[in-house]
Parts: sequence; C-alpha cells; structure tokens
Amino acid sequence: MENTNLNNQVVNLTKEDFVCDQIVKWCPGCGDHAILKVLQDVFPQLGKRKEDICVVSGIGCSSRFPHYMNTYGFHSIHGRACAIATGVKLANPNLSVWVITGDGDCTAIGGNHFIHAVRRNMDMNLLLFNNRIYGMTKGQFSPCTFRGTVTKTSPQGTYEDPFNVGELVIGAGGKFFARGVDVNTKELTDICLRAKNHDGMSVIEVLQNCMIFSNGVHENITGKDVRDDMQVKCEHGKPLIFGKERNKGLRLNGNKLEVVTIGENGITEKDILVHDEKEENTGIHMMLAHMMPPAFPVAIGVIRNVEAPTYDDCLTDVIERESAKSNIKTVDDLLNSGTTWDIK
Amino acid sequence: MANRTKVVELEHVVIRFAGDSGDGMQLTGNLFSDSTALAGNDFATFPDYPGEIRPPQGTVSGVSGFQVHFGHKPVHTTGDLCDVLVAMNPASIKANMRWLKPGTTIIFDVDSMNDKALEKAGYTSDPTQDDTLSQYKVVKAPITSMTLEALKDFGWDRKAMLKSKNMFALGIVMYLFNRDITMLNGYFNTKFKNKPEVIKANQTVVAAGYSYADTMEIFANTYRIEPANLAKGKYRDITGNVATAWGLMAAAERSGRQIFCGSYPITPATDILAELVKYKNLKVKAFQAEDEIAGICSSLGASFAGCLAVTTTSGPGLSLKSEALGLAVMTELPLVVVDVQRGGPSTGLPTKSEQSDLMQALYGRNGDAPLIVLAARSSSDCFYSAYEAAKLAMEHMTPVILLTEGALGNGSEILRIPRVADLPAIVPPIAKDNEPGYEPYKRDEKKLSRMWAIPGTEGLRHRISGLEKANGSGNLSLDPKNHQLMTELREEKVQRVANYIPEQEIVGDPNADLLVVSWGGTYGVVLSVVEKMLEEGKSVAHAHFRHIMPLPKNTAKVLSGHKKIVVCENNNGQFVNYLREKMPDFKYEQFNKIQGLPFLTAELENKFNDLLK
Repeated sequence: MENTNLNNQVVNLTKEDFVCDQIVKWCPGCGDHAILKVLQDVFPQLGKRKEDICVVSGIGCSSRFPHYMNTYGFHSIHGRACAIATGVKLANPNLSVWVITGDGDCTAIGGNHFIHAVRRNMDMNLLLFNNRIYGMTKGQFSPCTFRGTVTKTSPQGTYEDPFNVGELVIGAGGKFFARGVDVNTKELTDICLRAKNHDGMSVIEVLQNCMIFSNGVHENITGKDVRDDMQVKCEHGKPLIFGKERNKGLRLNGNKLEVVTIGENGITEKDILVHDEKEENTGIHMMLAHMMPPAFPVAIGVIRNVEAPTYDDCLTDVIERESAKSNIKTVDDLLNSGTTWDIK
Repeated sequence: MANRTKVVELEHVVIRFAGDSGDGMQLTGNLFSDSTALAGNDFATFPDYPGEIRPPQGTVSGVSGFQVHFGHKPVHTTGDLCDVLVAMNPASIKANMRWLKPGTTIIFDVDSMNDKALEKAGYTSDPTQDDTLSQYKVVKAPITSMTLEALKDFGWDRKAMLKSKNMFALGIVMYLFNRDITMLNGYFNTKFKNKPEVIKANQTVVAAGYSYADTMEIFANTYRIEPANLAKGKYRDITGNVATAWGLMAAAERSGRQIFCGSYPITPATDILAELVKYKNLKVKAFQAEDEIAGICSSLGASFAGCLAVTTTSGPGLSLKSEALGLAVMTELPLVVVDVQRGGPSTGLPTKSEQSDLMQALYGRNGDAPLIVLAARSSSDCFYSAYEAAKLAMEHMTPVILLTEGALGNGSEILRIPRVADLPAIVPPIAKDNEPGYEPYKRDEKKLSRMWAIPGTEGLRHRISGLEKANGSGNLSLDPKNHQLMTELREEKVQRVANYIPEQEIVGDPNADLLVVSWGGTYGVVLSVVEKMLEEGKSVAHAHFRHIMPLPKNTAKVLSGHKKIVVCENNNGQFVNYLREKMPDFKYEQFNKIQGLPFLTAELENKFNDLLK
C-alpha cells in the first residue's frame, strides 16, 4: 500500500511493518491472535505513515494490543481508553486513532467514557473484543455475560441481563456500528477498512473467543454447523438473506422483524428486507443489532453507517474561524485587552 | 464638584458593597475598583455570592457582596473587617455583622426598611433603632426614593428606575473617598455603547448620590488615599482563576506547545475552564469531559500527543483523578493539575475556601508516586504559579499539582502586565525525527527526565503503559531490581527539581525569635501582620512556601536559628506535619483555622504576640 512519509515520498507498507519485537503473550488459541493479524493487515491500507497511527487501550487481555503493534501506542488504565484516545485525537487530528478494548473494560468500568465518545462522534475506530467474560482477572462475569451464566463471581448463575453492545452504541447516538467474528479474518478486515473510511466514531464489536474462561460462548453463532443459519451478513443495498441454502431471509412484519423462508407461503426474494446502513432512523438498525439466537441469526457486518459532523472537525473549524476573525493574536494581546491603566 | 468637608488621609480601606442578589452589587463593586485603579491605589477585591442560584429575595442567604480593599501601601489581601459597609436592605446588615468592627461606617438604604424586610432578614426589631448597631456609624440614606426622584424626568417605569439605585450608593461612596465621578464615564460609555439614555441615567444617579452626600453633610469628614507607590507599567485587574488560565496559555505560547484542557465543571474551579474555552482564537483546545476522570485522561492523552496538557478541578475531583495521576507519574508525561481547593472532606463547603487538599496532592495515589506540588500565594500570583507549573511539568516530564484556593480563584488583584517574552524560557525535551539513540525511558543526566517523543515523529514509534517498564528501553518489566531502580529514579527526578526553583525567601530577620511559616493563599494576611509587627520592632520573620514538593534547597537553613516556629494554615495541620516529616530537626507550633474563612489579622497578631511572650 502507498503511504507518504514526512517529505511526501511514497512509502510502501506491509504487514511486517506493523509487527513488533515484543513477544505476544496471549493464550494459545485466543481469538486475539486472529484480530492482531487483521489489524496488521489493515494498517498498511490506512494511507498513513506508521508514525501517524496511534493505538490506545485500557486494561485487560485485549488491552495488551498496543504493545504488539509497531506504531505509537498507549496502554492505559482500566476503562479509560476512550477518554485518553479522545485527548490524543483532539491534540492531533491528523492521527489515525484505534481503540482496543474488551467487554469489561468498555461496558463496565469504562461505560461512561464509551457512550460519550460515541455520542460526540469522535473520529476514532474502536474494536470491542467481546468474549462475555473478564479474562485477565480470571473469569468473572461482565456486563455482556448472559443471564444465568455461572462464573467465579456468580456461582449460582448471574441474575442480571447483559448489554447488547450494538443497542448500546446506537442508543448512545452512534453513527457506525459493525459486528464481526474473530476467526473470520477476511470479513473482519473488510469491516475495519469500512470503519477507517467512516468519518467519526466507528465501533466494531468482535465476537471473540476466550479459550479459558468462556470457551465456546459464541459457538451457537460461529460453530461450523450453525454459522450459515445463525449469521446474516448485512450488506448495504442487498436483501438480508442467509442460511446454508440461502433461502432464509428477514422480513419486516408490522413493527417487528421475522425470519421467513423463500419459496414457502409465497415468499419471494422481493419480500426480503433490503439492508440500508445509511438510514438515519435507528429503528431497523436497532432491531438488527438486537437479534440473537435461537429465534434469529446474529447480524454481522456494517449494521449502521450514517454520516454526521465529527467532534474533532467541529473543534478545528471553530478554532480556524475564531482565529481568523479575532484581533487578539497572542497572550500579550489578551493581557493588554479590556480595562488597563498605566502607572507612571 | 468641590468637597467641603474635612479630608482625612488613610493608608488603606476595606469597603464592602452588599445587597440583594438583584441589586447589582457586583457591578457597583467593580466600578468602584475601576475608579480605584484610576486613582493609582493598590487593591484587591473579593465577590461574596450566595451559594444558591436564585435564593429567596430579601433574606440573609440572598445577600450578594463585593469587597474592595485598597490602599496607599501594598495591599496583600482582599481585606477582612470592613471600614465601610454599603447595605441596600436589612438582610445585608445581618449577613455582614461578622465583618464589622467598632466604628465601621454603614451606608444603609433606609427606604428598604419595613416590617416585611425586617422579618425576611430575621430581625425582630429595627436594628437601626435598637442597640444592634450602636458600635457603628450608621448613615441612613433614602437611596430608593432619591433614585426615583433623580430619574423622574426619564419617563421610565419604577422597576427600570430602581435598577439604578446601586449607582446612587456608588455616588455616595465616591464622595466619601474624594473620587471624581467622571472616572466612571469610561465604563458607562463602553458598557452601554448604544444606549445613550442608560448612560445618562447612570451618570445622573451617581451625581445625585454624590450631591446628596455633599449637601446633606452626612459624613463628618471624607477620606483620601494617596496613590500607591507601584512600579511603573501597565496594570489590570485579574481574578485568580483567570490568572491561572492566562498563565497556562502564556506557558503554551512560550513553549510552542498547543494547550489542551480536559475538565469537568466543579465549584470553585469551573471558571478556569470557562475562561479557556473562550480562546479558540488563540488555538486553545478546551474540552468539557463527561466526568473528572475523563478530564484528566483526555489531558494525559493530549500530553502524549504533544500538548501542554492541563486539567482543572477542586478537592473531590482530585480524588477521582488519583488513578490517572498515577498513570501520569508512571508514563512520565507532563501534566498540570490545578486544584482550586474548597472546604472538605466530601462535598464539604463547596463555596468556601480551605487548604486541606495538601496531603491528597502529595500522597493521594497508589504506589510510590511522587510529583511536583506548587501553591499559588495570591490571585495575581496564580498567573506566575500556573506558568511555573507548566514549565516544570514540561521540562522535567512529570505531572505537577498546582494548589490554589477558592478565595484566590474568585478574588482579584491588580497585575502588572508582563510581556510573555520576558517570562522564563520553557524548553521541553522534545525528541527530533529519527533522534539518534532514542529510547523511551532514556534519561537526561541532570534532570533524569525522559524525552518527549510525540506521535507523528519519524522513526520514534513506541508504546507507553501504566505497567512498570525497564529503565532505558521502556519495555515492560517485572524485574525486581528494575522496579526498585525506577521507583528511586521517579523520586529522585522530582527531588532534583529543587535545583531549578528559587531558594526560599524570608521576610524579616533570619534569626528572629519567631518564624511564621505559611503556604498558599494565607500569604497576604500573614505577611500584613508580620510587616506590622516588624514596624513595631517585634522579633518576627516570615517564610512563605510556594514550592511544597520538592521544598527549596535552603529550607533547613531558613527554619534554623529561631526560638519558635509557627505554621499557619487553613486546615487541621497538613503542612506542619509534612515539615515534621521532611524537616524533623525543628519543633513546630501550629495555628489552624478551619472555618471556611480566612485568618483575621487580629487573631494572627494575638497568636504571634502570645508566642513571643
């Protein structure tokens, strides 16, 4: 891929440019390895110098990520990645900022920063590795753990309902939400490139498997036998058709989505809902994000992708406008403005 | 207008304007201080707002005050007990009884007196009739009716006319202090630029107040305060919070760094954020975050990305920022945290001043997490302290906590306008593109600071983290000896800042019997008392600390050679205990006032005289 360096010379970057000399310490078989490879594939395609990319994380297994990417990186404290990344981006809007976080880091301790970064539409890309468990602290339930799950801190099973990350993002005014699966690297790469092209906050929920504490938690979605029937690929302008036989689809029936079979009860492809990621109204995007097995397949791909002004652009615009029109150009001007008097 | 009564010369005067929240007392006070500036006096002011936004009218909790302390000699404080109180209603007298002293002149709007007003103020009988005010000189002026009379030809409704009654009071005070009322015209002309009618009305009412005082001979004499012997130059009036904001902006300009301030509203620090957001024209990036934590975290992110990063808060907010401050210590990034202290703990006394966050600033983090702590000593000093905080943070690559106080932040003083180019240079250790031999935690030999390799810099990609790192390479390290080394280096880095700050000054005889020690906003009142006692020939000296962590190198020397040392502070003994830990060879007396109120000069003087016995 072609990028330019400081002197505007074209440089070709490859995956190897982003591989770090640090030993990757995730468990063998962890979904994180696959996602790391995806981003090492994506970054050469950002159109940015290596120096103009910054990876920011909080705390948790996923948050080790910056140490494994040969860019500028900030591995911070639990839950605060969005807040830190906000400062990085506002300080230097030229940087391509990537936030790596997990379901505990992002939706529990960091929930407030997350929803506000989404609401402000900061121009950042966020990958939320959702394994529905706290991994690094060794197996406590997270806000994304399903009701009834037995964990170290819920020996009788949890008695609370989880967040659905997509609903949370869209509810917070999110403009870009996509969902991918850790091992579907080709698909995840495409999603990341779509996120890169979106101006504003892009949230990608990655269904990621933790071999140790929640192994198989996504199996009813990602398992070889079920995945075609339990995943519906959202592609803008295309009907939401899925299934091994490609004969199932989503139809809007009244104010609800339903799964129908093409060829049965007179249903044809024309009856199937066509995905419109650019629809401003959140209704159908919310319903798509909400879908869960066994009644529904899980929506994969870019569910919502709506254009809106970004916070960082707005700040830059105000600064340019105000600096152009003000007579006060320096702090000296400011100190000498307003009421002053001379002592002779 | 000629002044017919006898004129008495005074050294300094404290005047307090008090009225109901809607009576325009802040404006009156500001106008009076403007004329004080033109008269060439030194001065300091303090607004005393009600805690509530729209408190019940006419009640004690609804009284809004504005105090001006001005003088011929240097004015170090916003004043305590007042010489003159302007009271626009009975509640204003009741609310300010604490600030009166025998002989205080009370200029009272006698038209405001009625049963309802007395009841609202909580009086059972008329204080101007009974002996409540027997120790004071009460001037009963019909301010309301005279204002209506003065404006009767304007054709305005009563409500509109009454808006000007504060100007009648101002006219009286201008007479009392022999001020030319045309001094106010400049302000009227700017403020009411396109409203000639309003300018005329204000001028008319001020003149009416002035003539009333003159013709009715309500004062036995008037006063003159000779111009202060101030250094030549251009001056302005500035509050501590504005001075803090501007000092930081000056540091950004001088260092060539853009300023970023991530903050969350909290009394009494909010005005710094509110000031910074105004200056988009000066490329100030100020960001109102979703909470205190996001305030400091966004700032730390901005620091990583190359900004002069700042976050502003007050005590409870500093508590919330503790974890991220530890991260700033660990990542060795520059960051200025301004804590405008208020009464604590918890929500405490949000609108009252205190100095009780010192221990939190010094030690309120997990692990051994040293950082620089500075304390501003006055409203105008907030400018220089903020500038120095930013300089030290960037040059030594460390977080700095700047402690100011509610009273400093809201109070104002005159500032001799400096030129930014005359302020000390700020040279942050910024790494260049492809800096030879760059390592994230390679240290400067003298300062022990690491380099600031800002994202975007060619060839210096690196990762930082809250995890312990190997000295030099910055790679994650759990090596036991490295952790000890890094802990010691972080401490030593902060201690070496002592080589880059001025020595501790002492006012008075360095071997005086009594050394008075203070820090932060108690500077002015303590200095005033020590100066007075020195004039009286007492054996006292004053050491006021702006640099708390590290202490100046000559601190032990300053503390030596006295019979007694007394540490005065508005908390339960935090600095004195810090000195007991750091300078254990001395015995310390302590004087603590924890009432949300400043020390009074009289109580300090009594204490010091007792100690000298």
